[in-house]
Amino acid sequence: MSSVDSVAVPSRGAALPPRRVGAKWLIGFILPLGLALAWETAVALKWADGRLLPTPSRVIGTLVGLARTGELTAHVLATLQRVALGFGFGVTAGTVLGAVSGYWTLARRLIDPMLQALRNIPSIAWVPMFILWFGIFETSKVILIAVGVFFPIYLSLSGAILGVDRKLVEVGRIFRFSHREMITRILLPATLPAYVISLRSGLGLGWMFVVAAEFMGAEEGLGFLLVDGQQTGRPAVILASITAFAVLGKITDWLLASVSARFLTWQDSFKAAE
Amino acid sequence: MLSISNVDKRYPNGLLALAGLDLAVAEGEILAIVGGSGCGKSTLLRLISGLDTPTAGTVGLEGTPVRAPRPEIGLVFQEPRLMPWLTIDQNVAFGIRHLPVVEQKARVSETLARVGLASHVGHWPRELSGGQAQRVALARALVGRPKVLLLDEPFSALDALTRSDLQDHLLELWAYDRPTMILVTHDIEEALVLADRVVVMQPDPGRVRVEVTPPLARPRDRLDTEFLEWKYRLLGELDHASRRKTGDETFPAVAI
Ligand SMILES: Nc1ncnc2c1ncn2[C@@H]1O[C@H](COP(=O)(O)OP(=O)(O)OP(=O)(O)O)[C@@H](O)[C@H]1O
Ligand SMILES: [Mg+2]
Repeated sequence: MSSVDSVAVPSRGAALPPRRVGAKWLIGFILPLGLALAWETAVALKWADGRLLPTPSRVIGTLVGLARTGELTAHVLATLQRVALGFGFGVTAGTVLGAVSGYWTLARRLIDPMLQALRNIPSIAWVPMFILWFGIFETSKVILIAVGVFFPIYLSLSGAILGVDRKLVEVGRIFRFSHREMITRILLPATLPAYVISLRSGLGLGWMFVVAAEFMGAEEGLGFLLVDGQQTGRPAVILASITAFAVLGKITDWLLASVSARFLTWQDSFKAAE
Repeated sequence: MLSISNVDKRYPNGLLALAGLDLAVAEGEILAIVGGSGCGKSTLLRLISGLDTPTAGTVGLEGTPVRAPRPEIGLVFQEPRLMPWLTIDQNVAFGIRHLPVVEQKARVSETLARVGLASHVGHWPRELSGGQAQRVALARALVGRPKVLLLDEPFSALDALTRSDLQDHLLELWAYDRPTMILVTHDIEEALVLADRVVVMQPDPGRVRVEVTPPLARPRDRLDTEFLEWKYRLLGELDHASRRKTGDETFPAVAI
């Protein structure tokens, strides 16, 4: 009668074949490295002129030179600090307002229409206003970045809370969860995947807006380096700065993704098996 | 023990899902509710569990009205509804989260063993088959040892073989604490295997058409002639019940 599943299950992961993670990962390098090598060869053989598009070796040389003098560190730190502050403020505001408007209907009716209207203004359009209000220095830059980060976080968190499956909430009701338990045990984990994605897209926007912010006048920062490279006619400096942006953006996104992945192992997405 | 008297339920959209429903359930009784789709079976369970409140009439448990979910009442939903971010054992522990952790662990593994899933501790819901997930949901409702257990078509998504396995299993589980059980089902055979009493509901608006108490000996044999006789009699009732008010009342109940 009770033949219902008493078969022992092999201990987890025991039967998995060893995976060659390295090989999969390396595939992504083939295309960019190949292109870089091709350009390098083309310029070396004088098939092309590398003046407007410097070769990878010259860009790396410029980076090394900037690093030697300590300039690179100063620029990177200045930019990182702006992104960190702007991201921090944007995430905090987006999380608080997103949570409140997702959970509390009255608050949503109050704040959501206004925020939805503001959202349609391209954040860069605020720059003149911010400069008038907060001056040309750090405050206006950080605020511009924070505004850019705020919206994706606010929108997806409030949307995710509204979209939490009523059926799971009812399970909480059957077990007589308090408001706090409902939030910590159901709403928080249910919205976490969407929240993490919004953090990552917010961070991407943060990097985008820091460039805009540094264009509006800065003495240091990678964005300043861009402008400087253009004004002094040094494309290698521009590319060095772009490379630095790419590396920093990738590293910070990877950090965010790997920290959050620890909380999302339960996800049953179609990528989970990879 | 459980009394439902003169209950109406009208949904906010104006639909009258239940009208003038009366039902009394004794302690330790197993009651099956059958009826066509949309005749208000799930609605009735939601009222008994306190998830919803009736528009008129009362639902009372041991003399006190049920207005919100109560610890003595357990509900197994039509779908498993497991939390995907919790492992199987954490899902089951939902029902006894106020107990000390050590006791929780003991009760959870005891209950999982009862539903035949002891070896799945630490697994995620996504790693389960449909029937296993349904059994975890059953364990989650059982672990708090409710006095009243409500089951909404718990086995409807399963193949016939697994289903009859689980039906037998449910009777074994019932024998531990002998809770009062109300089981909603589409399946007459399931109702007859499990229940002391079968209520046939009819739609528009949802109400009781007929109640029967088949005098069948336990354990019940699905192929016994008397069992089959009851099965066809109830099929006839169900057929009548789902024939909306067309005046086609001459259709004879199938009798052997
Ligand atoms: N939240 C709701 N709002 C409005 N109407 C509802 C709601 N839930 C159910 N109904 C309606 O109430 C009636 C009874 O629904 P209920 O879910 O109780 O049926 P059921 O007997 O459980 O059906 P099934 O066997 O298909 O599960 C149906 O006509 C349905 O459309
Ligand atoms: Mg139903």
